[in-house]
Amino acid sequence: MKAFLILEDGTVFTGMHIGAEREIISEIVFNTSMAGYLEVLTDPSYAGQAVCMTYPLIGNYGVCREDMESKKPWPDGFIVRELSRMASNFRKDIGIQEFLRHYEIPGIAGIDTRALTKILREKGTMNGMITTNGSYDLSSILPKLKSYTTGKVVEKVTCSQKYEIEGAKSLSENGPLSGRAKFSEEDYAKGIREMRPSITRKLNGLGKRVALLDLGAKDNIARSLAQRGCHVKVYPALTPAEEILSDKPDGIMLSNGPGDPKECTGIIKEIKKLYDSEVPIFAICLGHQLMALATGADTFKMKYGHRGGNHPVKDLETGRVYISSQNHGYVVDMDRLNPEVAVPAFLNVNDGTNEGLSYTGKNIFTVQFHPEACPGPQDSGFLFDRFIEMMEVGKNA
Amino acid sequence: MPKNPNVKRVMVIGSGPIVIGQAAEFDYAGTQACRSLKEEGVEVILVNSNPATIMTDKNIADKVYIEPLTAKVLEQIIEKEKPDSILPTLGGQAGLNLGMELEESGFLASHGVRLLGTTAATIKKAEDRQEFKDTMEKIGEPCAASKVVESVEEGVAFTQIIGYPVVLRPAYTLGGSGGGIAHNQGELISILENGLRLSRVGQVLVERCIAGWKEIEYEVMRDGAGNCITVCNMENIDPVGVHTGDSIVVAPSQTLGDKEYQMLRTSALNIIDELQITGGCNVQFALHPTSFEYCVIEVNPRVSRSSALASKATGYPIAKVAAKIALGYTLDEIKNAITGKTYASFEPTLDYCVVKLPRLPFDKFITAKRTLTTQMKATGEVMSICDNFEGALMKAIRSLEQHVDCLLSYDFSALSLDELKYRMGKVDDQRIYVIAEALRKGMDYDTIHDITMIDCWFIDKIAVLVEMEKALKEGPLTVELLTEAKRIEFPDKVIGSLTGIPEEEIKKMRYDNGIVAAYKMVDTCAAEFEASTPYYYSVYGSENEAVKTNPSKKVLVLGSGPIRIGQGIEFDYCSVHATWAFAKAGYETIIINNNPETVSTDFDIADKLYFEPLTPEDVESIVNMEKPDGAVVQFGGQTAIKLTESLMKMGVPILGTKAEDVDAAEDRELFDKILEQTGIPRAAGGTVYTAAEAKAVAGKLGYPVLVRPSYVLGGQGMQIAISDEEIEEFMNIINRINQDHPILVDKYLEGKEIEVDAVCDGTDILIPGIMEHIERTGVHSGDSISVYPAFTISDKVKEKLTEYTGRLARALHVKGLINIQFIAIGEDVYVIEVNPRSSRTVPYISKVTGIPIVDLAAEVMIGKTIRELGYEPGLYPEADYFAIKMPVFSFEKIRGAEISLGPEMKSTGECLGIGKTFNEALYKAFLGAGVDLPRHKQMIITVKDADKGEAVELGRRFEKLGYTIYATRSTAAALNEAGVKARKVNKITQESPTVMDLILGHKIDLVIDTPTQGRDKSRDGFLIRRTAIETGVNCITAMDTAKALVTSLENANDKLTLIDVASIG
Repeated sequence: MKAFLILEDGTVFTGMHIGAEREIISEIVFNTSMAGYLEVLTDPSYAGQAVCMTYPLIGNYGVCREDMESKKPWPDGFIVRELSRMASNFRKDIGIQEFLRHYEIPGIAGIDTRALTKILREKGTMNGMITTNGSYDLSSILPKLKSYTTGKVVEKVTCSQKYEIEGAKSLSENGPLSGRAKFSEEDYAKGIREMRPSITRKLNGLGKRVALLDLGAKDNIARSLAQRGCHVKVYPALTPAEEILSDKPDGIMLSNGPGDPKECTGIIKEIKKLYDSEVPIFAICLGHQLMALATGADTFKMKYGHRGGNHPVKDLETGRVYISSQNHGYVVDMDRLNPEVAVPAFLNVNDGTNEGLSYTGKNIFTVQFHPEACPGPQDSGFLFDRFIEMMEVGKNA
Repeated sequence: MPKNPNVKRVMVIGSGPIVIGQAAEFDYAGTQACRSLKEEGVEVILVNSNPATIMTDKNIADKVYIEPLTAKVLEQIIEKEKPDSILPTLGGQAGLNLGMELEESGFLASHGVRLLGTTAATIKKAEDRQEFKDTMEKIGEPCAASKVVESVEEGVAFTQIIGYPVVLRPAYTLGGSGGGIAHNQGELISILENGLRLSRVGQVLVERCIAGWKEIEYEVMRDGAGNCITVCNMENIDPVGVHTGDSIVVAPSQTLGDKEYQMLRTSALNIIDELQITGGCNVQFALHPTSFEYCVIEVNPRVSRSSALASKATGYPIAKVAAKIALGYTLDEIKNAITGKTYASFEPTLDYCVVKLPRLPFDKFITAKRTLTTQMKATGEVMSICDNFEGALMKAIRSLEQHVDCLLSYDFSALSLDELKYRMGKVDDQRIYVIAEALRKGMDYDTIHDITMIDCWFIDKIAVLVEMEKALKEGPLTVELLTEAKRIEFPDKVIGSLTGIPEEEIKKMRYDNGIVAAYKMVDTCAAEFEASTPYYYSVYGSENEAVKTNPSKKVLVLGSGPIRIGQGIEFDYCSVHATWAFAKAGYETIIINNNPETVSTDFDIADKLYFEPLTPEDVESIVNMEKPDGAVVQFGGQTAIKLTESLMKMGVPILGTKAEDVDAAEDRELFDKILEQTGIPRAAGGTVYTAAEAKAVAGKLGYPVLVRPSYVLGGQGMQIAISDEEIEEFMNIINRINQDHPILVDKYLEGKEIEVDAVCDGTDILIPGIMEHIERTGVHSGDSISVYPAFTISDKVKEKLTEYTGRLARALHVKGLINIQFIAIGEDVYVIEVNPRSSRTVPYISKVTGIPIVDLAAEVMIGKTIRELGYEPGLYPEADYFAIKMPVFSFEKIRGAEISLGPEMKSTGECLGIGKTFNEALYKAFLGAGVDLPRHKQMIITVKDADKGEAVELGRRFEKLGYTIYATRSTAAALNEAGVKARKVNKITQESPTVMDLILGHKIDLVIDTPTQGRDKSRDGFLIRRTAIETGVNCITAMDTAKALVTSLENANDKLTLIDVASIG
């Protein structure tokens, strides 16, 4: 069946319908990751948006449910060049087409995704409609598209109640990761072969209790902490600061999440209270933006955002550059920072925008990119270790 | 970190002659690096023995030494030029090994020269098997269970623990030389013995066999500050077990989820960080297909073939960035030249799919085993880009120029399912065609996967192509079906043959329905940022984004496709120079080519680069859009020449020599007429189609005769026949492929072979120099040792050659280049063949005479005259030094290939020796080709009866040099009779010890074996020659070559004259 993607500027792409048969209006964004479409689909930060993958071959390895970053996919729609009819991977549960249908995500395939990306690059992120109705009337649709806003999406994606995740007690709990790569003739005779070494190689978080404010968190944030031994307690986004602080966490983690940070007025107020507490805080993405807003800084919407797994960010303290996983359409305005409150800690090497802040006189640091990866490079995973060290210092202080 | 101010003069080491496993990619990398260094104001001193390279041009480096790549020679150059640093990581394994040798000997330290880029300690850690394994264990990166052994016994004992099969990898060898998989003790011992000998350090790694696992590569960059990125990853469709150079490779990986992708990416970064690589590096992994278990296979701490491929696949110039890193810059300080907006620390992301296919030489070596192993055999490769995998594969197939254009091109339809299964189990270059046939016959994916271990995703993609074949065959051809067929890149010709509709009608149907190719840009960033570099690939069913330009003059330069024996890097040299010359003359230049290893496909050579197959249809799509004012076909070898007719049909004027004149040179009858008009003699002969006709012509001429197809390169299929039986045999071989053109049968004349390259402006000619071959006629010119200036012919003959060249060039209305081969017998001169185009010797003669003949040819093509260009027509005055071009072969890589020289070309590359005297030049040429004598001062001579007289003279000279000579019965008798002491040794069929035992005993320096006529593989000679090659013994098969070698040994001299080629002309 034919499907149409209609953009706010009147551009129409004709392709084939995929996934659920539903008409949607959403904000159209593009992601440049070459692998990790499932992690993209299940990242709650995409709530209220329809994602176009710039890599043309999607679905090659199907859907491995254990790789999902939350319980369900969040985007309103999925836009691809070609959806693989063959899903080939030893862990595959179902194919991508089946997955989209199951979760009622509509989409369009077979369009020139590069042309779409160029339009979004030139004109900026815009709204669009995916429909299978061939007799669409642009004059009535375009005003509808223009008036669409993602709205208050954090409330939609956050967890409904608190829950806890036990930290790992030993590295071997973290999956097939013994960390042993040495060949021993003895083991070999027993049939024990080479094993995958663990990414987390130390349990430096043992005994630490982290409060994670779920603004639309990807599962790997909690997992990254738990794999290091931290005990993680997850709170719904609208939890009052007092409630979190009364649990006496060793550290607070503010997660990623969808939408315009300025719409989260209530949450911002609570975060200000967390800032005022002496508990060490590490924040990612939306959490980073909300902390900035809570402490008097400003954010603005970027032309087309950063979404992909190849953005270099520079650690201003060390001069080192890391390749990061990114997904954000808003950014903290560096011109409006008060150095007495916060100073830039990371910069985007390409466009010089802010990628992280360090809070003056506070045990607080926040980043715009995603150290939890999934999808994307794991290069900045050490920031969780930095957070753990900070909690250590906080505890001893 | 800014540039290190102490780096002012850098010596760059090239990779030497092209051999299998070390090809044009290093000219690409080296050229890019030299330009990158010069851009930074650094003086570059370049050393490379290969004259066919662009990197040895005077505009690429400040000082150019085309000298043998040995430590001794490099030391002398360092003493003369006093560089402050050397950069060894751009010249492949050869360059790296030399850099290490100079460092280890302490020479660099004592001369205050620093090693730029990756340090010696790092190189050792990455290259030394044991150190590498220890390092990996230290950082917890898994390697396959393995042990470095230094003896056969040790290897056998270890294998008993880990079990067969095992993989064997000798340390410090090129392209996996001497490696292999052993399934039993017999194989183990045989491969181990060979590998231990070939390894520079006498070490072989015995390793658990992980054949069948997914083979994944990552190209990574790291700067001195420790910043790391991955440029791209690549997946080999052929699982572990086939050398990556011989595998079908796709970028990025297609069957890895983010978990696998990132696991290996992180591992690659951990590894280069631990190794402290500064620059580019390649990490190869084996990934278990049904678990997360993986092994690090190896690390190349330098730019490589894979990095050239990654550069072209992503647009990220690895060598250029590596050179800047070597100067001290960090990744975030280096601009991405494609976007001009991002930095080198940005990881490229692709929005298309890239497929690389190897170009294997089995059409040249018909006796060779087609099996693909861990020993690389490909001479070159093609790359294609498309927005879908099927299309990329189809484009790559037709780029190969091996008479293949779809998965039906090799016919396996006669095989039963069982036969197909058996055939599929053998890994060779035809496997994907076998899989396609199995799918046509209904074999299921799992069965195919179980046999081949190829991921089902790829099998499914082949199935998509097979389904399309079926749909087209069944018809009807609707617009929808045609659209889909074009989306997955079925050529019109294939659609035509499947539907039974003429190709022209398919084209018309396409045009009528707007089904035309669109062009997309390779921009490193999946359109996230605006890019300004016009590097394009075609897709169907998309928006065209190629920028329309309307310059006053626009020229299309057709490249030469994949590197193969007979059409090598020389033609890329010519294409690049022509492009530069046209750009200088104010033209907008467009290059079409599909070879990822070359300089011509670097994104900043031409104004526009189309990375596309060189078939008439693909070229026409580009022509339709670009509407060039002219096309240049003279420089791209036979690949480009073959497109002449099609280009004319498209209405594109051919610049330079007209197509009908090119035809006249190839067409027997037309050419005979021209010779008659111009009064130039040639060997008598005739044209034939069948064996019967050939025998009739041969009967008239009398044997020996030369048999060859017309319109071919490198004398492909050319043979000297001495009997009707041989005519029968050769005609069969030639006619295996349908011949569009007649076959030529000529009387074989024995004499001196002379070669001339000239520029003609229609009236006047300019001959930079006359080259004389050391081998007499009968050995292909590309395999002959070529001497400039000609050293034995009289002035009268030289005059005649000049005169004949002028007459022929004028008669053929040549505008541009012409290459002519002559035979001189006494004072008589005969013409052998005329090629009105660039030739293999063009770069060589340009460099040694200092005359930029490609540039002149380009100027002449657009109307300038030779006089206007400032040159006096005629033969240019001879130089006061000698320059000798020496062919280099890769026989040890191709099991079962016949090594004896003949009219069909077999060499893969060449090197140059320049000297004040003939003898010095010859010595350098042999040295450059890797003939390193003497070691044991023992040799074997076994020659055919006709050569026995010359063998005596030869034997006497070797005896004088202190050699002990062994010879087979009749040769020994002839030598002893003439007073040359020769020990008789038994023939293979006689009792031990035989000549074979002697060779296998590793006590022999040299075998001189001139083959008896005929192609009979079972003969003793064939076995002797193969054994010699496979045991690493120098083997010479022509008396003239042997004489040249002994002359060079008689004049061996450590103190060499070093000539800066950049100062010539």
